[in-house]
Amino acid sequence: MQWFVEPFQYEFFRTGLSVAILAGALCGLLGVYIVLRGMSYIGHGLSHAIFGGAVVSYVMQWNFYLGAGLWGFLTAVLINQTVRRTRIGADAAIGVITTASFAVGVALISRYRRFTQSFDAALFGNILGVTWDEVAVVGGIALLVALVILLFYKQLLFTTFDAEVAQVYGVRTQWVDTLFALALAAAIIASMQVLGVTLIAAALVIPAITARLLTDSFGRMMAYAIAIGVTCGALGMYLSFYVDVASGATIVLLQAAAFAVAMTVSGLRHQAGRRLAHVHVD
Amino acid sequence: MQPLVEMRNVTFGYDATPTLRDVSLHLHRGQFAALVGPSGAGKTSLLKLVLGVLQPTHGAVLLNGAPIDGRQTARIGYVPQLETVDWNFPVTVEQVVLMGRARQAGWGPWHGAAAQREARAVLARLEIDHLAGRHIRALSGGQQQRVFLARALIAQPDLLVLDEPTSGVDLRTAENILHLLAELNRQGMTILMTTHDLNAAAAHAPWIICLNRAVIAEGAPEDIFTDAILSRTYGSEMIVVRQAGMLLVAQKPHPHTHRDILPTPVLGHPNRATGDSEAIDAGAPGAVNPGAVNEEPAYAVVR
Repeated sequence: MQWFVEPFQYEFFRTGLSVAILAGALCGLLGVYIVLRGMSYIGHGLSHAIFGGAVVSYVMQWNFYLGAGLWGFLTAVLINQTVRRTRIGADAAIGVITTASFAVGVALISRYRRFTQSFDAALFGNILGVTWDEVAVVGGIALLVALVILLFYKQLLFTTFDAEVAQVYGVRTQWVDTLFALALAAAIIASMQVLGVTLIAAALVIPAITARLLTDSFGRMMAYAIAIGVTCGALGMYLSFYVDVASGATIVLLQAAAFAVAMTVSGLRHQAGRRLAHVHVD
Repeated sequence: MQPLVEMRNVTFGYDATPTLRDVSLHLHRGQFAALVGPSGAGKTSLLKLVLGVLQPTHGAVLLNGAPIDGRQTARIGYVPQLETVDWNFPVTVEQVVLMGRARQAGWGPWHGAAAQREARAVLARLEIDHLAGRHIRALSGGQQQRVFLARALIAQPDLLVLDEPTSGVDLRTAENILHLLAELNRQGMTILMTTHDLNAAAAHAPWIICLNRAVIAEGAPEDIFTDAILSRTYGSEMIVVRQAGMLLVAQKPHPHTHRDILPTPVLGHPNRATGDSEAIDAGAPGAVNPGAVNEEPAYAVVR
């Protein structure tokens, strides 16, 4: 038990573990919708776009959470509208809009070189520098997003399954999409401290796609994705503490390992199913 | 009497070339209309205009006399083409059916006991209540079609819109679906469907709308299914055979092909159908007793 308790004597570990668990749960939850909508790339794109927003907030001396959040939200809405109103596919829209937004950030950094170091943390994560105030903000965002998902569960499910048909049946899909964009922007900002812009996409996609391999039930997929996100977040913190590797990277590598295990289990299950079908036919 | 659906001089296009030109149509309550025409004729676009998913470039689409803007009083049930459904999406039959109650659905992930009873009742009506807990991929084509029909019916629609309800299913299943639609229509449901199956449309739909970017003709099958109208609609020579009270449509073979078959339409027997057909009771609508004369003829599709 010593190995389990020892890291807790350090404040940075306690705050880091808390925020890793919260971000793991948050990314797992939202990742389900992202994966099922076939928009896996949006996490990657939006995190880069939000980085641009973070730099703009700094230059304009706005509150980081508000400035970067608003920037990310507007980017997500712009992507949705571009896809809805033009013939441009989601992947192309994400590619154009988010990289342009990221480029704004890079351009501003090159102009005001004095704050490059703090933005290194945004790019690669700085979980060990998280304060309890920041844990509280991430906790608040996680609670709010979970509440939104819970309240609009049925509308989100239908919109994710088939947005066009959902509209016919009376679901205000535009509102649902806008709400989801807001939740996603908030989740990315919350996770930026843990994983950094470069690894957020993985944390959004891997737990959800791993869960999808394990179940055909939407509810269970959501529960598994959250469990994988939380477990990998906590284990990743411990592992990074003992082997002295960057926490964000450790968390993502653990998630990738979970995905590999799920792939193997799912493959074996299919093979067994096929063999059983042959036996029945014979 | 005010029509349930009214299209007033509707023109629509995805780009400069209009997909639909100056379409004016009325669909009254209790009507059952089949929209026929070649691929690219604008059938699905027309349905989507009625559903409010697309907006006309010119003209107006009215539902119950009011523009379609999401606040209309009339309810629409929509059964999309099976090809457009994501069959890998992790949902069960019951979850899909309950999506049809989106207007009445409250907050939170749970459906009340009344909603669940309603879903079971609709599934039972379509004889698929035993499949409620199954994943949608683990169903035959006919069962999948019924699931989406159940989702439409639980919405208690004033208008039922179906896009190619018989595509991708075998003859017997197609017959069952069309019988079911006819039955719903007899109970007062207004139905608008698209189909490529002209013979089935002739047998089951009391009203035919021929479309090829514009309305070519509309009326009862016996008036509409003529060589001239169908040839104009499809842009190739079509022949209509009237035999034993049935209307059978065939495309005239190309003169350079070696097949010297005349449009002898094959009278299909549902029992010969292969594929994923479901077992049906002999007394059920659409059932055929081998050796007995079936009152409702079944046709092979001759395209």
